[in-house]
Amino acid sequence: MKTSGWKILCVVLLLYTAVAGLLLDVPRLNIVNETIRALYFHVPMWFGMVFLFSMSLWHAIRYLRNPSIETDIHSFEYATVGLVFGVLGIITGMIWANYTWGSPWHGDPKQNSAAIALLVYLAYFILRGSLSNDEQRAKLSAVYNVFAFVAMIPLLFIIPRMTSSMHPGNGGNPGFNAYDLDSKMRLVFYPAVIGWILLGYWIASLRIRLKLAEEKLNELEHEKNS
Amino acid sequence: MNWNMKKIVSLLCGVMLLSPALLAQDVQMADTLRSEGKIYVLVAIIVVILVGLITFLFFTDRKISRLEKQINQKK
Repeated sequence: MKTSGWKILCVVLLLYTAVAGLLLDVPRLNIVNETIRALYFHVPMWFGMVFLFSMSLWHAIRYLRNPSIETDIHSFEYATVGLVFGVLGIITGMIWANYTWGSPWHGDPKQNSAAIALLVYLAYFILRGSLSNDEQRAKLSAVYNVFAFVAMIPLLFIIPRMTSSMHPGNGGNPGFNAYDLDSKMRLVFYPAVIGWILLGYWIASLRIRLKLAEEKLNELEHEKNS
Repeated sequence: MNWNMKKIVSLLCGVMLLSPALLAQDVQMADTLRSEGKIYVLVAIIVVILVGLITFLFFTDRKISRLEKQINQKK
């Protein structure tokens, strides 16, 4: 089996994240204390989700320009894995919030709008599940995909920054401020983001290949019968 | 300003200058856990889980490759 370089890069970066993320120095900050290391795991989930949803949008647009089963499969599977990343992001965020903010659901603007963004994407799956006609499902969900992505951007990146938020990087001042200013943390954070994004891409690509293989088998059956 | 007040002011100034450094040291981190080497237990556990899951992913990848080959031969 030929193993692509990016898969090896993904493994190396994730192992590096686990080891360096636990062992390297981090700034000594009150309240967050040692939990600051969750930055290497919680935040990349969201980066991964945005990346996967972007890929999903890209294939949805490709579908709308030139309808085909392949692009619909791509769009759907990227969205599926993206949602998994988002759910993991929100669960890890709740665990972290429980420790640093005092309760798992604090009604923080970033937390609320992230949840709304996930609900918008959940509706995408409900829409797909409610249609039995393949072509209709592909077309409607591609259109909805564009809407969902456009709704997600302000929910994650604009609204939380316009109000005060306890979530770092919000409340008027983007970026990680005190956290990300630390160059030692960047040494782990950026590789972690790339590693987790590659993992999401890898899982999505496996699911896409499986679906495409299924599709090809169906076609072969069809040819035999006709 | 008498001698006592001078002493108090200089003491206060000293405290104010030192306090950021003192506070930084006061922040509780898992220093004991690290000094006892127990952090490596955590590292080992997480690495084992990661390696296990990734190996599983590689096998799944290979399985799908084989399936694709089979389908292409059928054509």
